[in-house]
Amino acid sequence: MTAEAAIDRLKAQFSNAISAPVEFRGEFSITVPREKIAAICQFLKTECDFDMLTDLSGVDNYGEDPRYEVDYILYSLEHRCRLRLKVPVSEEDMIVDSVTSVWGTANWHEREAFDMFGIRFRNHPNLKRIIMWEGYPYHPLRKDFPLAGLPAELPETAVNADTVRSAPMLGGPFVAASGTRSSIRREPRQYDTMAEQEEKQTHPTKKESV
Amino acid sequence: MELIDSATRAQTAMDEALGSEKMIINMGPQHPSTHGVLRVVLELDGEEVVNVWPDIGYLHRGDEKIAENMTYTQFIPYTDRLDYLAPLANNVTYAYAVEKLLGMDVPPRCKYIRVICAELARISSHLLGLGSFAMDIGAMTVFLYLFRERETIYDMAECISGARFTTSYTRIGGLARDLTPEFIPMLRRFLKEFPATVNETDKLLTRNRIFCERTRGIGVLTKADAIDLGVTGPCLRGSGVDWDIRKSHPYSSYEDFDFEVPVGTVGDSYDRYLCRMEEMRQSVRILQQAVDNLPDGPVNSPDAKILLPDKEAVLTKMEELIHHFINVTEGINAPPGEIYFSAENPKGELGFFIVSKGGGTPHRLKIRAPSFVNLQALPVMARGHMMSDMVTILASIDFVMGECDR
Repeated sequence: MTAEAAIDRLKAQFSNAISAPVEFRGEFSITVPREKIAAICQFLKTECDFDMLTDLSGVDNYGEDPRYEVDYILYSLEHRCRLRLKVPVSEEDMIVDSVTSVWGTANWHEREAFDMFGIRFRNHPNLKRIIMWEGYPYHPLRKDFPLAGLPAELPETAVNADTVRSAPMLGGPFVAASGTRSSIRREPRQYDTMAEQEEKQTHPTKKESV
Repeated sequence: MELIDSATRAQTAMDEALGSEKMIINMGPQHPSTHGVLRVVLELDGEEVVNVWPDIGYLHRGDEKIAENMTYTQFIPYTDRLDYLAPLANNVTYAYAVEKLLGMDVPPRCKYIRVICAELARISSHLLGLGSFAMDIGAMTVFLYLFRERETIYDMAECISGARFTTSYTRIGGLARDLTPEFIPMLRRFLKEFPATVNETDKLLTRNRIFCERTRGIGVLTKADAIDLGVTGPCLRGSGVDWDIRKSHPYSSYEDFDFEVPVGTVGDSYDRYLCRMEEMRQSVRILQQAVDNLPDGPVNSPDAKILLPDKEAVLTKMEELIHHFINVTEGINAPPGEIYFSAENPKGELGFFIVSKGGGTPHRLKIRAPSFVNLQALPVMARGHMMSDMVTILASIDFVMGECDR
C-alpha cells in the first residue's frame, strides 16, 4: 500500500473530515481536524499498517490563524512508506487528543511538544515537561520567545547549602583528638565484635589476644 | 542455640520492617555509566529494579531554536554537536535533508565520499559504544584496543576536514573540499588493519563467559515493543526487525553497495552487541567498495546560487560576487514547503523535519534524534532486572545525550 492508497482509504472512512493531500518532493501530507486525530491514527495503524510513529512535532505559525499545528510523521514497516498528518491548533483552545494509546513512542514526543509549545494533549498519561525543568514558566520554541532567552527562577533542589550538614569532626572513629588513646587502640578493628563479646562471656578463661 | 534463635528473630523483624518498602535511588546525571548527563530515577525492591524514570534535558542547548535564526549553511557546525560521537554522519544527513528541500542532486563523487564519511562515523561510534559497553561490565582491555582504532579514524577525519572532532565537512550541495591525496592510502591501510581488531574483540567478548552471563537475557526488548516505541538502529535490528534505511530507502547511492544488515533474534543486550559487531564488518565492506569504485569528477554541484563560488571568481567576476554576497548574507533561497529526510545513523534513524516559508532560514527545524526515542524504551528493558544490570542495559542502548537533549 502506498501513501496515496492509504489516503484514499482514509477518505472513504472519514469522508469530508480530511483535506486534499499535498505533495511536495514525493511526500504526502494531509490536514485532519483536531477532534478526529486519535480515531484517524487508530484507523491508519490497524487498517493501513502504519505501525510506527517516526516523529511528532509542534510548529508555531506565528501571525496566522490557527497559530499552531502538530505534525505526525507515520511510517509503515510493511509497505515502507511515510505519511504526514497535520493538525491545526488554535491559540484559544490548545488541546489535542493524545495518540499514546496508539503508539507508545508518542509519550515523550507529546511531552516535548507540550514543553516547547504549550500544546496540551488530552488523555496523556504523564504530561510533564521533559527537556526544560519542572516549573519553568515559558515555552521556548514559540516564535514570540526571544532567542537569547528570558530570565527564570531555577528550581529548588533537594541538595543545597542550607540542607547540607558538615560531617562531625570530633568523636568520629578516625578523628584524632589530644589526650585520647593511641591510633592503634582507636582502630575500630581493635574492638570486639558482638560474636567475640559473646565468646568471651561464655569462655572467660580464654586470654585476650591484644 | 539461643543465639541462633535471636539472630533469626532479628532477621525476620528486619525483613518485616524493610520488605514492603521500595527504595528510590538516583543514578546520574554525573555517573560514569550514564554516558553523559542522563539522570535515571530507580525504584528498587532490594536489588531488583521495579520501575525506572529517565530524566533528560541536562544538555539542552536549544538547537532547534538556534536553527530558526540562522541560514541553512550556518547550522552545519551545530549538527556536529548532536551525536558528537559521529559528527560526519550528522553532517551528511543534514546536507541531504536541505538538498531534498531544495530539490537538488549532488555529483556521484560527492555521494561516494559522503558514504565513506557516514561509514567511518558508524565504525567510530560503534567502537566507542562497544568499548564503553565492555568497560562498564568490567572488560577494560577491549576499551583500550578499540580506542586505538578510533584514533586512526580521528586522524582520517582530520585529513579530510581539518578537524578531528567537529568536522563540519559537508556543505549544502557538496563538500567543504575534495579528499586530500593522503586520504585514500590512509583509508586503505585502515581497512587492511581494522578487521584484525574486530576479530580480536570478537575473541575477547563474544564467547567470554562473564560477558555472556552479564548480557544474555538482560534488557530484552521484544519486536512488538520495539516497533511500538519507535526504536530504530541496532536496537531495533537486535529485536529482530530487518529495517535499515540504507536498504529500504537508499540515499547517497547506497543502492550501489553490496552489504548485509545483521538482525538479532532475542532482542537482549547480547543481540544488540552482536548487531554492532557485524555492522562494523559490513561498514568495512562498504568502505572497501567505495574506495575501489570512487568516481572521478567534481564534488560540488555547479549551482552557484547554492554553493559559494571560487574565491578567484568572486574577486574577478561580477556575477560570482553577487552570488557570494547573497549566499553569505541571506542564505540559500529555499522554496516554501515541508520535507522530512532521515538517514541511518550509527544510533538509529536521524531525521530532519524542515518547514520552510521561503527564504534563507528554516521556519521550523525539528531534529528526530534516535537517542531520544531509543531512551524511551529504557523502562521496558530494565524492569525486573537487577540494579547492576542497569549498567549493561544503558550501555547496550548506546545513546548520546547531545542529540537526545539537543
